[in-house]
Amino acid sequence: MEMCLVGSQWGAAGPRAALYALPAPAAAARPSSLSAVPAVRPPRPSPSRSMAGLGGGLAAFGRCTHAVVRALPESLCRQALRSVAGPEVDFARAEREYQLYVGVLRGKLGLQVLELPADESLPDCVFVEDVAVVCEETALLTRPGAPSRRKEVEAMKRALESLNLNIVEMVDENATLDGGDVLFTGREFFVGLSRRTNQRGAEILADTFKDYAVSTVPVHDSLHLKSFCSMAGPNLIAIGSSEAAQKALKTMQQMSDHRYDKLTVPDDAAANCIYLNVPSKGHVLLHRAPEEFPDSAKVFEKLKDHMLIPIAATELAKVDGSLTCCSVLINKASE
Amino acid sequence: MTTEVGSETEVKKDSEQLGPDKAKDKPEETSGTPGDQKSRETSSGEAQDSSVPAPTSQSSPSSQKKEKSSPESKGISRFLPPWLKKQKSYTLAEPRDEPKKKATGEEQVVEESVSQALEGVAQPRRSLEEATENRQNDKEKHSVSSAEIQPSKEDGKETEVEEVAEKKEETQEEKEKRETKEVQTAEIKIDNIPKKSPKKIKTVQCKVMLLDGTEYSCDLEKRAKGQVLFDKVCEHLNLLEKDYFGLLFYENSEQKNWLDSSKEIKRQIRSLPWIFTFNVKFYPPDPSQLTEDITRYFLCLQLRQDIVSGRLPCSFVTHALLGSYTLQAELGDHDPGEHSSDYISEFQFAPNQTQEMEEKVAELHKTHRGLTPAQADSQFLENAKRLSMYGVDLHHAKDSEGVDIMLGVCANGLLIYKDRLRINRFAWPKILKISYKRSNFYIKVRPAELEQFESTIGFKLPNHRAAKRLWKVCVEHHTFFRLLSPEQPPKAKFLTLGSKFRYSGRTQAQTRQASNLIDRPAPYFERTSSKRVSRSLDGAPMGISDQSLLRDFSATGGQAAGDKIIDLEAAGQAKLKDGGREEDESPLKTPQLELTQDGKNFFLQLTHVHPSPLPIHSVSSHLTNLSPVPEIDMLSDISEEDPFEEPLLTIPDISECNSMEQTSDHNKTRTASPINTFEPVRPLASRGSPAVEGRIHGTDYKSTELCVSFSFFRCLSFSVRSLLDEDGYITLPSLPDVCISFLPPGLQHYIPITSPSFIPSFLLVFVLLLSAFQSIPFSLTFSLPLALSLCYLEPKVTSFSSSNGNDLNDKAEEEEVEHEEEEAQQKDLDKTQDDLLKHQASISELKRNFMESTPEPRPNEWEKRRITPLSLQTQGRHASRAEGPCTGVSDADKPPVVKTEMVTISDATQRTEISTKEIPIVQTETKTITYESSQLDGNAAGDAGVLVSAQTITSESISTTTTTHITKMVKGGVSETRIEKRIVITGDADIDHDEALAQAIKEAKEQHPDMSVTRVVVHKETELAEEDED
Repeated sequence: MEMCLVGSQWGAAGPRAALYALPAPAAAARPSSLSAVPAVRPPRPSPSRSMAGLGGGLAAFGRCTHAVVRALPESLCRQALRSVAGPEVDFARAEREYQLYVGVLRGKLGLQVLELPADESLPDCVFVEDVAVVCEETALLTRPGAPSRRKEVEAMKRALESLNLNIVEMVDENATLDGGDVLFTGREFFVGLSRRTNQRGAEILADTFKDYAVSTVPVHDSLHLKSFCSMAGPNLIAIGSSEAAQKALKTMQQMSDHRYDKLTVPDDAAANCIYLNVPSKGHVLLHRAPEEFPDSAKVFEKLKDHMLIPIAATELAKVDGSLTCCSVLINKASE
Repeated sequence: MTTEVGSETEVKKDSEQLGPDKAKDKPEETSGTPGDQKSRETSSGEAQDSSVPAPTSQSSPSSQKKEKSSPESKGISRFLPPWLKKQKSYTLAEPRDEPKKKATGEEQVVEESVSQALEGVAQPRRSLEEATENRQNDKEKHSVSSAEIQPSKEDGKETEVEEVAEKKEETQEEKEKRETKEVQTAEIKIDNIPKKSPKKIKTVQCKVMLLDGTEYSCDLEKRAKGQVLFDKVCEHLNLLEKDYFGLLFYENSEQKNWLDSSKEIKRQIRSLPWIFTFNVKFYPPDPSQLTEDITRYFLCLQLRQDIVSGRLPCSFVTHALLGSYTLQAELGDHDPGEHSSDYISEFQFAPNQTQEMEEKVAELHKTHRGLTPAQADSQFLENAKRLSMYGVDLHHAKDSEGVDIMLGVCANGLLIYKDRLRINRFAWPKILKISYKRSNFYIKVRPAELEQFESTIGFKLPNHRAAKRLWKVCVEHHTFFRLLSPEQPPKAKFLTLGSKFRYSGRTQAQTRQASNLIDRPAPYFERTSSKRVSRSLDGAPMGISDQSLLRDFSATGGQAAGDKIIDLEAAGQAKLKDGGREEDESPLKTPQLELTQDGKNFFLQLTHVHPSPLPIHSVSSHLTNLSPVPEIDMLSDISEEDPFEEPLLTIPDISECNSMEQTSDHNKTRTASPINTFEPVRPLASRGSPAVEGRIHGTDYKSTELCVSFSFFRCLSFSVRSLLDEDGYITLPSLPDVCISFLPPGLQHYIPITSPSFIPSFLLVFVLLLSAFQSIPFSLTFSLPLALSLCYLEPKVTSFSSSNGNDLNDKAEEEEVEHEEEEAQQKDLDKTQDDLLKHQASISELKRNFMESTPEPRPNEWEKRRITPLSLQTQGRHASRAEGPCTGVSDADKPPVVKTEMVTISDATQRTEISTKEIPIVQTETKTITYESSQLDGNAAGDAGVLVSAQTITSESISTTTTTHITKMVKGGVSETRIEKRIVITGDADIDHDEALAQAIKEAKEQHPDMSVTRVVVHKETELAEEDED
């Protein structure tokens, strides 16, 4: 089931990425070029987090030991759900991109990657993010908004069980939730209310992760909340430039007791990136390749503290896929 | 409006209402006719007989009073801090000693009586007054307590009693608010004195459930303030950082209320036994900043309760983690030998504790080896504070569409939850104003970046009480977490409508500062096992089940209430006589009529100024700063909610009077003159017209003449018999609508006979005319048309700038709003008065408070249109209403002492600068800066710094300089209007400053009818200094 990927396979990008490897374990001051979120609130006391705690707080944000991914079915090319019709997915290329992705997680970052086999009857099964939300030791198996995707949960359930997580299943027939609508900032959840996610689904998420505030954010023009935003670092939200994205960000700012920095990138799709805090490498950011979004890539390149790893997702993007969609990241306490 | 009441209760109301009135009348008469006083007092003494134990009828009233008061002067002194203070300023002999006396408990009794005696010699008249005052106070106490008790008696029979009591309580709270202010300035020390009831002071047993599950009980003087109990409890707990904590009492089942430490306990808790729960009130966002471990320990205990009861939801993992820290703190390191496998199940960590969880807890417990209890507590808190519901006080509500939501008040602001989801959040800086009305709770929100108008968002709470509770919690949280120091309700600002309730404790900043000074070895304390706590709690109020005590109390309560009624009836009769007499006197003093008239005009004018209602989701008018949070509350609200309450309106009345009286006492003490005849009338007068009250209270100077005009008011208000709403504010009666049917249909539209201001106008005009011409038929003949024309003009004036077709129907629709406005006005004036009362205390403090509590000014637009026509109209109306003498006076010496501000403006931040100057006699100075937001009909103007006007008025005895700068400028597309009006009154000691102030207010009102007074600073300096006017 598990595939070993060797570094050579992502060789092209490798040397380049290494240029950005600036090990800076301490989350130091962010470049001033970043537009900071205006502080309307009285600053909260410093998050001086001590040893133990809920999810490890900021220091532990992005820590990750395991990743669950799922191979692409060939049915993806023709049958995967897509919001806009467009060119057909080049399966071979999609496969290569996917392999690169998995290779980075496993080879470059040293995660234990659990790869689920593809299921041809589930054309969207590669997008594992949507079927599970994992935070700390608890995993919520979602009830995806698209009925055709509900069966994807089963394989995910088995995988998560094998990881010994506390598993919560969303059984409510009225609830729908896509993991792509769930943004966990390390301090709280934002749940996009989109075509795929409804209020009830968000409630169940709130019930599952009781420690955290769960705020809802209306999402209108895109598939998921994370179609235009994601976490690019502890306390740093990458956000697209579109009006909808900016509006959603405003909502999030207003709803939050915390103050986040934002990293605005020209392309909404590029705002979906994966931040990891890897013990030996510090801040790691997987972002869309410069070939796809050159302008946005330049913005990411300003993150001097981050080790940047560009990954192309041109093919999956045709079916609304992006970087975060293809994995469920899990931080298992050392056992 | 709210006039319909059952006849039976009406009677009661009358009598109760009259009681205090009479009490107030007496002193007035006393000063005027000392000989008369005795007999009258005796009669009133008889009236009190039922409640006052065996007064000796022969002893002179004053000495009798003293005898009575002296032994228990400790109790009294608490009621009279201002009075004593006043005395201080009077008594040249020992000016400094008096306050100490207050603080020294029993000695004070002796000393005080001595000093009184001395004074008695020196100023016989005054001592008489004091005696009467004392007496009044006593009476007040009685009436208050009885008012409180009454409902309990009825508890058995009637269901609505509770509601009534609520109302009463609120009124009392209202009253107490005033009291509070005084106390604050006076000296809070008084409250803190341990009261060891010396002789016949009644004590009540209090039980306080502590956080560790134990119970603390003590005997408390019946009239003790909450602070006394709280201090005792904290002392018992050895707790210094106590500002985060508070005492809760439960009302009904789960309605928890915080005990206001600045108020008497008995006014807050309706039933015996007094059972409280010691709880964390303000959850420190960062517990690690607490100074002492013991404080953290109590916070831990609270959080454990919160968690176990489910108020603080946690995930499984967090339950386990927190539980393990609890174990570590309470049991120490895990000891496999000592701690058998099931040691954990004796503890409760979660609402639904599972075996699995216990195992997890045990597992984690082992990992905490070596942590001291204090460290374990710290870890516990570090984790607990991150929980999203940490420190969030939830209140059930509905949004404007009737959807169930929860409002959560926390350190950072207000959170809106729907089910478990956060759907909105309003940080404190985002909120301009919070208010409640009926069972609605409103927040006015600062406009978003690109928006121009602030919006008001309304929420519906289950009932009025809940709305008020939420409002209070918000006020307190805002103050505690956001302000550097609590605003002093009277001082900080006063163009706020409404409740004077403010958080009176220390803010977080202050308490942090204070705890930095804590210098004691870490106190030893025992950590009680949470076994007990967790098992016994479950969030239910403890100990309330003691039914026998409850029953006992209601029995006694009923008794007391009965006494009370008798008492009041007697008093009421006496009052009638007084009223008659007053009336007779009044015509003699024509000049003062002007004052009265002014007050009336002022009042009426204001009534109609702002017809805009405050609907949900609409832009509303008035002030903006959050800090002066207005409380808009009306009688009609209540009646709507619980029709049963109406009959017992009397109680609010009484307490209102009481509170007035207290205020007047306060005033009196400050007065420099031995003749203070006007005070007794004040309560009545104020009922009749808020303007009068505001004015008088607002002034610090003696005025002999004033009393006459007040006596006018008295008879006015007597007939008008004000309908006070539950918070003691006025609703004017109006003729029933049927009256209009007597008019020819064609005229109905034009003759506003049912106008709420008709009766007052009529009476006012009548009295005016009567005093001027001394002929009743003549006055009657002319007053009707005059009053009608006034009423007719009123809406015209109002509508002049806004809408033209303001006919009766419109008016009816607006009625509620109008009342709101007039209440608002009254409240403003209350503020004014308070401000003035306080002004001596500390100007610098005032300034500081003000600066602190004022957010950045918000630029706005000045609606110019409105001013000119309105003032024209107003003057016209004045002319038609007031007779010759009045206008003469008002034009001649108008020393505007007043700062004004547009009320209509939706957003304004006032900033006041007070410069303290030393001026030969008196300097009154006011300055207002008004930032207004654009009006709906927005008329932006772009010129910067245009001096519009400057005027100087000088009259013989009073020299008044008024400088008005109206500056308009555009800042970033928003126009900002700045109005500064600085008025300096300089004059001799014999100037009637009351009048001057009144004139100033009046004039300001005339000039800008839709402005209202934001701040009056009366500064009196005996030293010579120059005054600079910049």
